[in-house]
Amino acid sequence: MRYAMAVDTLKCVGCSDCVVACQTENNVPIGHCRDWIVEKTTGTYPKLQLEIRSERCNHCANAPCVRTCPTEASHYAQGGIVLVEESECIGCKACITSCPYDARFIHPEGYVDKCTFCIHRVEKGQEPACVAVCPTHCMTFGDLDDPNSEISRAMATRKWKSLIPEAGTDPKVFYLI
Amino acid sequence: MSTSMNRRDFIKIAGVGAGSLAFATPLFDFSTGEILAPDTVPGMYAKRTPTYCEICFWKCAGWVHTNEEGKIWKVTGHEDDPHSNGRLCPRGTGGVGMYNDEDRLKTPLIRTEVNGVQTFREASWDEAFTYIADKLKIVAEEHGPECTALFSHGSGGHYLGDLLNAFGSNSITAPSYAQCRGPREVGFFATYGEGVGSPERVDIRDTRCLVLIGSHFGENMHNGPVQEISQATAKGASIITVDPRFSTVASKSKFWLPIKPATDMALLLAWMHVIINENLYDKEYVEKYTYGFDDLKAHVATHTPEWAYGLTTIKPETIRETAREMANASPRVIIHPGRHVTWYGDDTQRLRAVAMLNALLGSWGRRGGFYNPEKVSFKTYPHPHFPTPKRTWKDAHPGKFKLASLALASGICDATIPTSERDCSFKAWIVNGTNLIHTLPNQANTLKAIQALDLLVVIDTMPMEITGYADVILPECTYLERYDDIRVSAHREPTLALRMPAAEPKYNTKPAWWIAKNLAEKMGLGAFFPWKDIEEKLDWELKQVGSSLEEMQRIGVKKMKRSYDDLYPMENLEDFEFNTNTGKIELYSTAMADEGYDPLPKYKAHEEPPSGYYRLIYGRAPMHTFSRTANNPNLTDLMDENSVWVNPKIAKEWGLKNDQYLWLENQDGVVSKTPIKVRITERIRFDSVYMVHGFGHTNKKLTRAFGRGASDADLITRVHIDPEMGGTGMRGNFVTFRFEAGEEVSS
Repeated sequence: MRYAMAVDTLKCVGCSDCVVACQTENNVPIGHCRDWIVEKTTGTYPKLQLEIRSERCNHCANAPCVRTCPTEASHYAQGGIVLVEESECIGCKACITSCPYDARFIHPEGYVDKCTFCIHRVEKGQEPACVAVCPTHCMTFGDLDDPNSEISRAMATRKWKSLIPEAGTDPKVFYLI
Repeated sequence: MSTSMNRRDFIKIAGVGAGSLAFATPLFDFSTGEILAPDTVPGMYAKRTPTYCEICFWKCAGWVHTNEEGKIWKVTGHEDDPHSNGRLCPRGTGGVGMYNDEDRLKTPLIRTEVNGVQTFREASWDEAFTYIADKLKIVAEEHGPECTALFSHGSGGHYLGDLLNAFGSNSITAPSYAQCRGPREVGFFATYGEGVGSPERVDIRDTRCLVLIGSHFGENMHNGPVQEISQATAKGASIITVDPRFSTVASKSKFWLPIKPATDMALLLAWMHVIINENLYDKEYVEKYTYGFDDLKAHVATHTPEWAYGLTTIKPETIRETAREMANASPRVIIHPGRHVTWYGDDTQRLRAVAMLNALLGSWGRRGGFYNPEKVSFKTYPHPHFPTPKRTWKDAHPGKFKLASLALASGICDATIPTSERDCSFKAWIVNGTNLIHTLPNQANTLKAIQALDLLVVIDTMPMEITGYADVILPECTYLERYDDIRVSAHREPTLALRMPAAEPKYNTKPAWWIAKNLAEKMGLGAFFPWKDIEEKLDWELKQVGSSLEEMQRIGVKKMKRSYDDLYPMENLEDFEFNTNTGKIELYSTAMADEGYDPLPKYKAHEEPPSGYYRLIYGRAPMHTFSRTANNPNLTDLMDENSVWVNPKIAKEWGLKNDQYLWLENQDGVVSKTPIKVRITERIRFDSVYMVHGFGHTNKKLTRAFGRGASDADLITRVHIDPEMGGTGMRGNFVTFRFEAGEEVSS
């Protein structure tokens, strides 16, 4: 089982619903976020392109955060989801500096926090909160090892990219372009 | 009226702390709602209660989830609701922030004077009601009850409207008409004998071509259309976006037409010219259903794409290509009527042109065009007949705005300022859930009207700017803490939706129905609210349509069957009589001609910005609704200020840098009260600047919103009035950059 997410940049309107849904679902404190929106404009008026992405922890298969964590608080869980065990985390921030995606932050209670792919929902057969709320249905979550999963089919039929592939992190969040 | 009240100073609400106040007695039975299985997250034992959203007026139905302590945790969409399809937008998802906002109004307040300084004192509900009832009695005796007006933008308006009607006034208004969608309703009514309504009857889901003129879905986060645009484009539909700004949806469009602002009418006339002259129109449909085609053909004969090019800056071949794109998709094409359409004062005529273009392409009443909505025939709890008012809101403007079908918020505001010509001016306002200081254009005029009032009552959840001018402030609880009327909305399928409290009202706040009923009793009008409480009223009403309050508490949304199979009544050229003078779709409007207005829309040149000034265009951000969300902790976390979009060429000319703060000054020398951050972007034309509406709050009690960003409403001092229906065109204002603040403003 390899959990992954695909974000369709052609559909995403950057409304930030995913951000606030994550915040309420996971009680992320005001002032912090586990996912966020990036908008990139290219070209000059009037020949313009705009790419909008909902970004989050890439749940890398070769995760620098897991390698640098001195206490093994950062670890791989089922399906390759990268998690932080709060009780093991000493707040040293080594993982924060090693993450090329800037996906982690220090929770006001002192531990490192980030996207969990809503593992508590996934375990119950639900989609992550961001996927479930998106008004444009731009996100797909599922198992890459299942060739019939929606995400496997999207990856097989659409052009896609991942972020900073040269970092060699083997990210599991993909962007359909 | 005491002399000390002659000057209505803005009061920064003080001493509202609820520490000493007793919490409200529970009004509701919380035993209902669906109990869910224990959540796997420790400590999150969830129960859910139905609601429909109040953050904007799409009114999506959803579920409010509470944890085991009864604390509201999150709000999610209702899977059976056609407005939300189980998915709320960011504002609805962030609705919990409205409930948690610690800056909320907490207890009734009455304006008083201490040592010559006006201030608010805390009051009990009974004291506040007595104060209002006494003042209204004097207004009724001296001027007549019809000199009282209600401005309302929200669900509480139904109850307060009943109160006003019972009192003897029908001047009940919402800024959503004259400041927003009124011209659209009038323009479509003149053409089809029906308005567009809300939610709009557009069948985006099945369209093949969607044309958006100034509509910026995705930034304007009306849930249904945003969802359906995503569905339609995935199925191959094309979008044509006409906007001086490269909006989010422009970036998803096959064609982006960066039109010179204020010239949309020229483009519409040229499109009709191409569609008629290239024989691209739906001949059978036009022949069967329309009136005045030959008049229209003659009318647009000279409106060639070459003619329009000089006005719009859109190349003739682009105008032709996009006209053919629409015609190829016909009848599954939508030239979207938009929603906020009060731009240049000839908006009814522009929306007529939109309606006519749709008629030429045969999209009205067809799949992928405009569907025929249906709502449940719903009977409200019986009450005695309301008295007939001696004067109505129409009498305030004799002979003008003859096609207006609803009261004009701006018109009532104007008719509050006494003049020698008018024998009666409005003397009392009740304002519910609308921040008129930011909502109405021309703030100086609004403030003048407020100064002329004998009584201003504001009912709101937040200390918006309007509350500072109130004589009495009544704190309403949020939609998550109250019942309201059943949502009976028109859609493809008729549905009912229930809003019920998910938690007890915080602080000393109350729902609008309770406020209206208790104030009515204080005024001796209790007979008009004959129900014991809201639950009795809702249960009675629901039982008339085969449901019950108990059922709705369980299911939240009830889908009903359509009465007839007429979702697309013109799909196969079925016989149909339209509600117009001719019984046809009127390309030539006989109703307009009868009232002395242009029966066919004409292009009118609008004023252009003077040198060094730029047209002020405003719009929406997906995470905010007007100014009402500007202090919501979850939503300000996403966006806590607006910026002014400036084309790089203009920025270079002025030496502007990204993220620098400056002030905007308009053509009348009015300077924004607060500074705004510069955003240099290729996404805006060189003759315009753009900002998101709803920022620049000046009330310090809005701790997150105070002083953040600037208010476009400050700068909209020039208003172009729509002669047909009184809409306030607000896009004829021009701004320049200023590097120091304007003079200190007292509020």
